[in-house]
Amino acid sequence: MAACSAAASEMLHNMKKQISLLYPKASCVIRRISTSCLRCDSQRQVRAQSAPQQLVGVVGLEIHAQINSNTKLFSGSAVCFSAPPNSLVSSFDASLPGTLPVLNKRCVEAAVMTGLALNCTINKKSLFDRKHYFYADLPAGYQITQQRQPIAVDGTLTYSLLGGKKRNQVIRKNVTIKQIQLEQDSGKSLHDDLHSQTLIDLNRAGVGLMELVMEPDMSCGEEAAAAVRELQLILQALGTCQGNMSEGQLRVDANVSVHKPGEPLGVRAEVKNINSVRYLAKAIDFEIQRQIDVLQRGGTVQNETRAYDSKSGETIPMRDKEGLQDYRFMPEPNLPPLIVYEDNTSLPAGVDASQAVVVQKIREGLPELPSVKRDRLVQTYNILPEHSFTLVNEDGLVEHFEAVLRATKKEPRKVIGWVTNELLGHLKQQDMSVSQSPISPSALAELLELQETGHISSSAAKQVFQEMWASPGKTASQIIQEKELGLVSDASHLHNICQKVVDSHPDEVQAIRNGNKRVLNKLMGLVQKETKGRADPVLVRKILEEKTS
Amino acid sequence: MLRLTIRELARALREGKISPTELCRRCLNRIKKTKHLNAYITVTEELALKQAQEAETRLLQGKPKGPLDGVPFAVKDNFCTENIRTTCASRMLKDYTPPYNATVVQKLFDQGAVLMGKANMDEFAMGAGSTDGAFGPVRNPWSYAAPYREQTGVAADSDWVITGGSSGGSAAAVASLTSYLALGSDTGGSTRNPGALCGVVALKPTYGLLSRHGLIPLVNSMDVPGIMTRSVSDAATVLGILQGLDIRDSTTGPAPSLLTELPEDFDVRNICVGIPKEYHAPGLSEETLAQWSRVADMFERAGARVEQVSLPHTQHSIVCYHVLCHAEVASNMARFDGLEYGHRSAVDSSTEALYASTRHEGFNDVVRGRILSGNYFLLKQNYQHYFVKAQKVRRLIANDFKRMFASGVDILLTPTTLTDAARHSDFMQEDNRTRSAQEDVFTQPVNMAGLPAVSVPTALSRRGLPIGLQLISPALQEKKLLSVAQWIEQRVGFPSISDYVDTKGVTKREQTSAG
Repeated sequence: MAACSAAASEMLHNMKKQISLLYPKASCVIRRISTSCLRCDSQRQVRAQSAPQQLVGVVGLEIHAQINSNTKLFSGSAVCFSAPPNSLVSSFDASLPGTLPVLNKRCVEAAVMTGLALNCTINKKSLFDRKHYFYADLPAGYQITQQRQPIAVDGTLTYSLLGGKKRNQVIRKNVTIKQIQLEQDSGKSLHDDLHSQTLIDLNRAGVGLMELVMEPDMSCGEEAAAAVRELQLILQALGTCQGNMSEGQLRVDANVSVHKPGEPLGVRAEVKNINSVRYLAKAIDFEIQRQIDVLQRGGTVQNETRAYDSKSGETIPMRDKEGLQDYRFMPEPNLPPLIVYEDNTSLPAGVDASQAVVVQKIREGLPELPSVKRDRLVQTYNILPEHSFTLVNEDGLVEHFEAVLRATKKEPRKVIGWVTNELLGHLKQQDMSVSQSPISPSALAELLELQETGHISSSAAKQVFQEMWASPGKTASQIIQEKELGLVSDASHLHNICQKVVDSHPDEVQAIRNGNKRVLNKLMGLVQKETKGRADPVLVRKILEEKTS
Repeated sequence: MLRLTIRELARALREGKISPTELCRRCLNRIKKTKHLNAYITVTEELALKQAQEAETRLLQGKPKGPLDGVPFAVKDNFCTENIRTTCASRMLKDYTPPYNATVVQKLFDQGAVLMGKANMDEFAMGAGSTDGAFGPVRNPWSYAAPYREQTGVAADSDWVITGGSSGGSAAAVASLTSYLALGSDTGGSTRNPGALCGVVALKPTYGLLSRHGLIPLVNSMDVPGIMTRSVSDAATVLGILQGLDIRDSTTGPAPSLLTELPEDFDVRNICVGIPKEYHAPGLSEETLAQWSRVADMFERAGARVEQVSLPHTQHSIVCYHVLCHAEVASNMARFDGLEYGHRSAVDSSTEALYASTRHEGFNDVVRGRILSGNYFLLKQNYQHYFVKAQKVRRLIANDFKRMFASGVDILLTPTTLTDAARHSDFMQEDNRTRSAQEDVFTQPVNMAGLPAVSVPTALSRRGLPIGLQLISPALQEKKLLSVAQWIEQRVGFPSISDYVDTKGVTKREQTSAG
């Protein structure tokens, strides 16, 4: 095999680096997903219905989610991203003659769990099929998939968008999940045009995938992006897929068409090569606009596959693999029907309970899903819905937030800003995850407690936060002491400063005395400037009021 | 010592009357002497001597691994053998060396059996003559034995007869006394057909009873490893060792029970033997028919109930078999693209060109023809008309058997083949497809239904060539099947080839042994 060279390893490694450079973290905050070119909130749809001449987009998605499992779908090879090329390849993965598939129970359980979380009907009996096509990274010449009877069908995904003028209104939407099928991933081909050769890495060949087919229930990039983001969160909560788009754990192809509402769907184009949620929205909106432009110029939309070019922000026609494909599906003869059982009582005699996949047991083990978690956060802590999105969107942030709350008496509504603005802002700026945060929940709680009890002002608190970020290990009180950031509440010292300010601003004092009480704030600001924001604001106001009365 | 059955041999080995290394050398010598049969593609001389030496040590210590310790065997060249090339008699795998052993091969190794070599066959097991392999045809050992030579009198090299196929090398290995047992594979009769034509016992077990892991597939839904031995009791011994669940083959199940010794005096008065009238087919030779009647009469005289039965869908079986076979072949052969292993063409102007010329150069016409028609049957527009219809008929054929066995019939008695072995020159007059359709007519319905069947040699024809009869039983009833087979074996008095060939002579070729 030509693929074992160190050069290929290097190439893969470099590619990974480039990917992470180009797309540092899929944008996670829901507000940032939205794009400027097309908005499709509820008002717009109402408008669209009253103006039937207007073309609107129709979007369906095909999502390949790599199952988070230790071994592959039909072989014992380990699953690991960016391992040296062809280091995770069993005889079966390389399609050596005489080898047979052995179904991985963990993959079946993952698909059932995902199906349950998406309100699917779990087929008690599902079947495997062979889908044939020749491609260098498909060693057997066919992919084992579930064409006729997939493991799960007919579900729904509920996702939310933030709409309204201020984008703080939560709009819930549904998309139908047509089916979830288990299938094998292919290997990877690397085309080296310089030496006109193709290098093949079979590490990915045979990794378990769940293919989720979403019906064309969406109408724009923002909706598709929100749906995929929600799916990503669900998969991550379940642990059935790590959901990282840039590593290819979640691959999304979009079927896009346009039509006039009420009329049959238009010819669709499939958009591929999308590796972040943000680009998904951009690619779809570009494609909708492109198709509208084509039709308005009197042209016709082609049924074709297009690739998204993130640099130009455009979709471009892809050369189809081999033109018209006939996949020559046939039943996989080496795998008996896949049977899952509703509960332990439905297990037939002779079936080992430890070997069987039991739906009831999986249902009982379902974790809290993101939508439930958001509702709970809003209700329990009385925070705004958009804050619940921000918390849930960032892996570990809810736990961080709740840990801070446990260690402080400060009200949740006052803590949330620290977590979603200060903490998350700093993390994003440095492309870090919550678990990498140099400020622990207890450290943040200590800082907030000092503010709450009047030891420091809010502006000083922000300064302390900066210091804590820069020198992890130092406590808030240490920093306050070192930097002398504690609140100045020495009355005579403050009297002196206030007197100086009053003396040097006679006009302002006169204005206050004439009844314009708001000018007092300016004087307060000047006092704070003198004390670098450390003066006790309550005391200062009292002193100034006395001096200007 | 070469003419013994496994049971006799095992006793002699345990008692120290025969040394495994001496036995191994004798078999290797005999392989050299019968090289003209072309039974082996690869002879594993070095490994065999090493394994025999190890068996000898164990036997001397009185600690044999089991009844097969030190027993020489052959394996059809479509079972993977670790570090031993496995060719499927194809240019595609001419130099292919698998990194693992097929489960059934491993089980024989675990018993201490000694591998003599990899047996010749039709390319990828597609054929019924063992004439269509990249390493040349296999010759039937009976071509060189006195009964046939006396009838013909012409030079053996010009009028030798075929072994049948596709496991012809395995059958020839057992019949020519170079191995005591051989593994074949049986998809439509590939074990039973050469078993009948070479005069050995050939068992096709129930689908799923033996692991297919490591068997390079022809038709996954019909393939089973086959067992060839010189006696029914030996076949039972080997089946007992090979059967059972294998986690690497999801279509296997647990064996119903440990197969113990067959009863020496099976009472046939309690059984009902069915004679399916549809097997009275055109082309059935008078002599084979006579053997069929003879054995049926034997049963009747012994007090068994013998009944004519009907399997009405039998006539459609062979056509449907070919549709399903070709479809799976098209799929299974897709992996041979020259990239990961096997033959790779020098044409590399594009990946597609590489595929095309690799597959053109690597496969013979038979394989390419089946791939072509198989892909045709699987095309979207044809799938319902061919594949789905053939599957439905397959169900009807299986139901025929089910209904018939449910009506009280215990076992079916049929011919295995239409005639005794054809002369190679006659056989080659027809194309592979026609020949397969003719030769598999009695054997492939069983594969469609997944049932066990065994071919037992019953007599020599007037030409001096073996004739075999087939017994078929319900699924997983191998014990009853083999008990009845042994009952026949005990009564027909089929001769041993060693009565006619010289197994000791150093220079004498067999054809001169009778004048």
